[in-house]
Amino acid sequence: MAQDAQKPQKSVLLRTIATPLILTALMVALALLTLAVGSRPFNQTMIDIFVRVILVVGLYIFVGNSGVLSFGHIGFTCLGAYAAAWLTMPPMMKELSFPGLPDWLKAVQLPYGPGAVLAALFAGVFALLFGRVLMRLSGIAASIATFAMLAMINTIYANWESVTAATNSVVGIPIVRTIWPYMIGAIVAIFVAWLHAVSRFGLALRAARDEPTAALASGIDIPRVRLVAFGLSGVVMGLGGALMAHSIGVVTPDTFYLGLTFITLSMLVVGGMSTLSGAVSGVVILSLLIQGLRWLERGVPVGNTTFALPGGLQEILLGVVMIAILARRPNGLFSKEFAWPFGARDRRGPALAATQTVPEGDA
Amino acid sequence: MLQVLFDALSLGSLYALGALGIALIFGVMRLVNFAHGDVIAFAVFALLWPSVDAVAIVFAGKMPWFLLIPFILAVGAGLSVLSEVVVFRRFRHASPATMMIASFALGFVIRYFLLMLFSSRPKSISLLPALSQPVEVLGARMPLLQLITIVATLVMLTGLSVFVRRTRFGLEMRAAAENFTMARMLGVRANRVIMGAFALSGALAGAIAIILGSQTGTVDIQMGGAVMLMAFIATVIGGLGSLEGAVLAGFLIGAASVVMQTVLPPEARPFRDAFVYGAVILVLLFRPQGLIAARGTKERV
Repeated sequence: MAQDAQKPQKSVLLRTIATPLILTALMVALALLTLAVGSRPFNQTMIDIFVRVILVVGLYIFVGNSGVLSFGHIGFTCLGAYAAAWLTMPPMMKELSFPGLPDWLKAVQLPYGPGAVLAALFAGVFALLFGRVLMRLSGIAASIATFAMLAMINTIYANWESVTAATNSVVGIPIVRTIWPYMIGAIVAIFVAWLHAVSRFGLALRAARDEPTAALASGIDIPRVRLVAFGLSGVVMGLGGALMAHSIGVVTPDTFYLGLTFITLSMLVVGGMSTLSGAVSGVVILSLLIQGLRWLERGVPVGNTTFALPGGLQEILLGVVMIAILARRPNGLFSKEFAWPFGARDRRGPALAATQTVPEGDA
Repeated sequence: MLQVLFDALSLGSLYALGALGIALIFGVMRLVNFAHGDVIAFAVFALLWPSVDAVAIVFAGKMPWFLLIPFILAVGAGLSVLSEVVVFRRFRHASPATMMIASFALGFVIRYFLLMLFSSRPKSISLLPALSQPVEVLGARMPLLQLITIVATLVMLTGLSVFVRRTRFGLEMRAAAENFTMARMLGVRANRVIMGAFALSGALAGAIAIILGSQTGTVDIQMGGAVMLMAFIATVIGGLGSLEGAVLAGFLIGAASVVMQTVLPPEARPFRDAFVYGAVILVLLFRPQGLIAARGTKERV
């Protein structure tokens, strides 16, 4: 419309939808690339990337918007993965692995789709329960408390023999090898994160992150807006866990512990903790880097000889690159959201919108 | 009963030393140093000659104890100072999250450097074997090492506390921990204080390395990790930046672990850590600033 320039605001949704659309296009492009390449290892690599996108976006929903670093979210991934195993394994296998499950749960066997949704909700319920207690804390105390939560979940899952098979690997989870469910999961996660970020809860949460005192004075109930984000991110992390279980077909408690916690946090921080674009591109960039280094480690033929990196150098280089990126760009690679490359007026990400938009009525 | 007390004290000593190492650095630059655990592992591996064989080739470890102990402490301090100069100096103005991830990445680099040189298999060494002989104290039998651990920790803690309270350097460090900008304006040299803190923290890591190495008789790339996590938690419970708090909380967590191990019914014992972490959450809920809240950590508006 011609008067648009005069109007102070378009709706928040319209102004910011570029970000999820661009990220979705990126996801679809990756999936199509996989289809074009058509090799199985490449397919698996891409599935891993999509799963990590879900996890890191889930992390972003809470960490990015609240500014509270959480070491505990992989706990919800663990809950989601085991819930998916409980729901989708054949009853015979369950009898072997989890004799302690209630009979009704042993009897059900769902397809992976509904199983993943239920698993995500299961993780979300626990996120709300834990969050109810933990969200009263802020800063580093909250980070440590979330870590304590992760350690509790890990200890319980690693020792409750009859329900989680303790530290034994649980095998028999149906493996899903097509790329589409993972791509859809990633896109759903991106849209959930975006909708939350532009909702009044997201705005209030970012206000509380940037100016806690002012936010409190404007009547924002900080524990409550944090709890909303915590629960929602728990759901997304649970979804990621369920899909991760289906992508590798095996779950152990230690898959979902410090290693995964740190790699996902690194991806988030290197990409840019405060933006959705940063979260997604951090995963893609670091994953490609890891793959490239692994490829070098296996050896690349140069003329008659193969050039290969010695073992262990891959991780060292990864660490060095991460430090170099962070030293150069302490706020991560992308501290502004992706936007359409035209039209200066629309180039405002949700982060900026937070300071400029007052939610109208109770939208 | 006395046995439990000594177990608690010796486990608590490890945690307290670790927590102190983390709190020292946090105090001066608000950095939660995740690389601390890997500095511990590095200090032990410095005793061995690099090889990927299963059998450890003891090199520096052959030195008599009065050379061995300073050697390990120096290795820890050296690596720690080096990490400050090479990495953390570039992150002075970065946010805590960025620094934390950078320290994690550094730890990753150190760990895989060790893995490249020594492979990931744990190796057995006998470090100061004379210490594993049992002694009897007040009717409780325990390895001599346990007694030495407790005594050495107490000596170190006293020494450090005198150092921090009575020397000029200690004064500068406390000033920097309280208000870094103000301290700089009053003439405290930032780089010197920060490097001093890193050196002390690294030496503490070396001390933990000696204790762990002689306690378990093995060296393992992962060995620093578990202590570091508990120490990290102790630092927060004690009140980030407060040195006394870190030590107190370290001993408390050690005591809580040992007491729960004896008190819990046998079927709940595998879940001991879950109870310990649950207690951690409870303490944080009631005292989010820590048991002994450090001055200057609360943000002014």
